[in-house]
Amino acid sequence: MNKIRALIVDDSSVMRKIVERSLRQAGVDLEKVVEAGNGAEALGVLKDNPVDLILCDINMPVMDGLEFVRQLGTVENSKGVPVVMITTEGSESHVVQALSAGARGYIRKPFTPDQVKEHVLPVLEKKS
Amino acid sequence: MSPNAATAASSHQEDWLPILELAIQEVFEIMLGCRLEPADAAEHQTAPELTAMVGLAGSACGILSVCCSNRAASAIADHMLGPENSRSEDHIWDALGELCNMIAGNFKNKLSGVDGSCMLSVPTVITGGEYSFHSLADGGCIECSMLFEGALVVIRLDLHS
Repeated sequence: MNKIRALIVDDSSVMRKIVERSLRQAGVDLEKVVEAGNGAEALGVLKDNPVDLILCDINMPVMDGLEFVRQLGTVENSKGVPVVMITTEGSESHVVQALSAGARGYIRKPFTPDQVKEHVLPVLEKKS
Repeated sequence: MSPNAATAASSHQEDWLPILELAIQEVFEIMLGCRLEPADAAEHQTAPELTAMVGLAGSACGILSVCCSNRAASAIADHMLGPENSRSEDHIWDALGELCNMIAGNFKNKLSGVDGSCMLSVPTVITGGEYSFHSLADGGCIECSMLFEGALVVIRLDLHS
């Protein structure tokens, strides 16, 4: 698998570090990691930082993760970038909403590195 | 509280306590890599120095709070961040808020019939113990007192009837 540039979107800086660590433990070869604290900030970050993978929370201030996924296609070079949601919102209706909005995967918090591996690697393999 | 509300609240307290305990243990085991031990809060009488809160709204309604000492919160942040990351005061507050958020989410995801009709707020963290808590939730409360690395952590769910 090629080196991966990832964007991690979560309003918790501690959770962003946990997600990055879990990606590395899952065997994802990270070339670069950029971060954002909400969906609106993430759309701005993407303009200057093209990425191969996005991991995104749902419940965030300013712009939530579902709205971010809906607006992702409006950012140049970001159409088709796979998004995996990582969230405490674990209900079926949230999963359906996320997948309908364009997310490719869904991980419920709390999560293990194995769960990250299980949900992220297939998405990256499909992309490559 | 009306008699019906009191009965419902009592039933919730009995039914939901083991679910809350399981939700707490899972979060600590999976995200921090350690188990909590049950504690007798009366034996560890120290005023909480930090309180994290997350609101639940919808079919399950109330406030979940996590209260602990600065020492316990620092240890929680250390476990969540791992040895490769240094931690600041902001990290400690953030870690406690996120822990509270995950417990609330894990708890509501385990409740049958609640599913997507219950939403969580973003977490709030209060520093200092000199405050009074007045919740409009009138459905009683469920409380779990646990020991994390020898320090008391109290997790409380105040319910709306």
